[in-house]
Amino acid sequence: MSQNSATQQIYLETIAAAGKRAPAGMPAWISELQARAASRFAEVGFPAAQQEEWKYTDVGPIARAGFTPAPKGLNGVDITGLEGFLFEDLSCHRLVFVNGYYAPALSQLGGLPAGVTVSGLADALSERPETLEAYLGRCLPDASHGFTALNSALLADGAFVHLSRGVSLEQPIHILYVTTDEAEAMLMQPRNLIVAEPGSQATLIEHYVANGEAAYWTNTLTEVVAEVSASVTHYRLQEEGPRAFHVGGLHVNLDRDSRFTSHGIDLGGRLVRNDLRSVLDAEGAECHLNGLSVLGGRQHVDNHTHIDHASPRGTSREFYKGILDGRARGVFHGRIVVHPHAQHSDAEQLNHNLLLSRDAEADSKPQLEIYADDVKCSHGATVGQLDADALFYLRSRAMDEAAARDLLTYAFARDVLQRIGLEPVRLQLERRLARGLLHGRDTKELELA
Amino acid sequence: MLSIRNLQASVNDEPILKGIDLEVNAGEVHAIMGPNGSGKSTLANVLAGRENYTVTGGEVIYQGKDLLALAPEDRAREGVFLAFQYPVEIPGVSNIYLLKAALNAIRKHRGEPELDAIDFLELVKGKIALVEMREELLYRSVNEGFSGGEKKRNEILQMAVLEPRLAILDETDSGLDIDALQAVASGVNALRSQERAIILVTHYQRLLNYIEPDHVHVLAEGRIMKSGDKGLAHELERQGYGWITQPAAGTSP
Repeated sequence: MSQNSATQQIYLETIAAAGKRAPAGMPAWISELQARAASRFAEVGFPAAQQEEWKYTDVGPIARAGFTPAPKGLNGVDITGLEGFLFEDLSCHRLVFVNGYYAPALSQLGGLPAGVTVSGLADALSERPETLEAYLGRCLPDASHGFTALNSALLADGAFVHLSRGVSLEQPIHILYVTTDEAEAMLMQPRNLIVAEPGSQATLIEHYVANGEAAYWTNTLTEVVAEVSASVTHYRLQEEGPRAFHVGGLHVNLDRDSRFTSHGIDLGGRLVRNDLRSVLDAEGAECHLNGLSVLGGRQHVDNHTHIDHASPRGTSREFYKGILDGRARGVFHGRIVVHPHAQHSDAEQLNHNLLLSRDAEADSKPQLEIYADDVKCSHGATVGQLDADALFYLRSRAMDEAAARDLLTYAFARDVLQRIGLEPVRLQLERRLARGLLHGRDTKELELA
Repeated sequence: MLSIRNLQASVNDEPILKGIDLEVNAGEVHAIMGPNGSGKSTLANVLAGRENYTVTGGEVIYQGKDLLALAPEDRAREGVFLAFQYPVEIPGVSNIYLLKAALNAIRKHRGEPELDAIDFLELVKGKIALVEMREELLYRSVNEGFSGGEKKRNEILQMAVLEPRLAILDETDSGLDIDALQAVASGVNALRSQERAIILVTHYQRLLNYIEPDHVHVLAEGRIMKSGDKGLAHELERQGYGWITQPAAGTSP
């Protein structure tokens, strides 16, 4: 038995056990979806480092740790315990998950306009199974990797958001995933489904936090379906615990003239892998992805993006930055595929990395596959130190060298944060980064721009 | 105020300045002119303390201090200001933040109280009118997306706010249209005073139509070849640099 199949066995047993526990009355299609995913996982197992897509990220530690699903319960989390994770001055709807399970007592879903459904996925499965059947799993590729398969096989709960035709949700939805200190060696695996019917609009914040320093694993998967002219703004704020593993999938399907914007911020976690796949499935779709990783110690964050320009006149923009200190490692792999008939596609990809220490490492890999002839595609990647000219400029304006270095480092990150439209979220992130990167210097005026 | 004695400097081991001597007194405006590659910008950068310029000989005494021994930020705090030929874009740092941080660092060094946000804004608004710069540029990232003219106006705004003792303008006039040139000149002229010295590094005489220098020096091949009053600038305008840089006709190939 190979190493992979040995570690895989633990998870296969977990899947089998979960199947026996499955609540009665689940629709047949969901059991079939789970069974298909289980056999897919049995077939592919965990990705191996020999695979091109995984060559910079060894997921062996995740596989070997043999994480088991967390039990349901609040584990002592109460509303005061959440305060540190909320955004000051942000009026929002709130969905809270504790160790992967929807916690209605901590959530706040009053005042939702007509035509908007926000709930736990498990509840949605019993309340409106026909809607879920139409969408769940629709965005996933047939040849999904083991993590995706595992999430589907163990699918239990997560966030469900449904926007009816033409509805605009004014306040954002803050989806908070809290992992508690009891979660040592546990697997959290939220499954989220966002459906935006034609002409609808919403903003969602997926926010991963920990209430302690347990070594746990979050294997999360989000599907976003944006129908004709819908607009979805999505945030993924990853502030997992220092020993946590986080594997995240974000699969987006974009219909005609729809628009998807995502801000992915990685600050926490020990080993993190994010796969973002966006299919521009009909004419005029737009996809804007911004990413920022600020890492130190032995943190490892791997961002894989895959944008499919599958129809004409699609626009995609990617802007990813990494700040790497200590022995941290940041990986960016940006794949853009422009299909043969996707004429007038317009794609731009940028990845910039700042190394603050000799032992930090950044790996940047753009991968453009263009099969149409009338397109505009560009990419750029840099790995380097602070700009010497900028450093001299600041020093020539009386700023001492250490302060100038810190300011430029902070500014490098802020360049991404400034694209964030929700001011309370942007300010909170700016303050958090400023505290770390500016070493306690006065930052009030920095907020002016 | 400033004594430059036999200053020699090189960039990447290539000697650029080969013995500069220059005396600048408070209240004076000096123009340093010269052909491309003569070392004008090197001189400006060496005075401001840019790192990749290596001083290989000579000395610079500024207000009784060894200027070359000071870090760039300490020079700035002592009142030296360089207006950059190519102002750097710094995304993520607001223009007004930089201005305030710079001013307060200098005030602190002088033992003056730091300005609060309200007093500071009042001060800046007064100065911004002088260089005819759009106020919204204050709240943008430093020089990011600024036009060439806006970048130069921004340099002059910084100079006006920081009120240096010694201002060095490195080709501030290059690439400016006439409106921007006049705005830059009025900013510089407003700063002229008996306590302050200004060094204008320029390739063209044009700027000197708006800022009248007390002394004009021609720098070529790393040395000051000729010094004179503003009449020298006019002569250069008519005749070019050839008659100075190649004085003995026939000796050059």
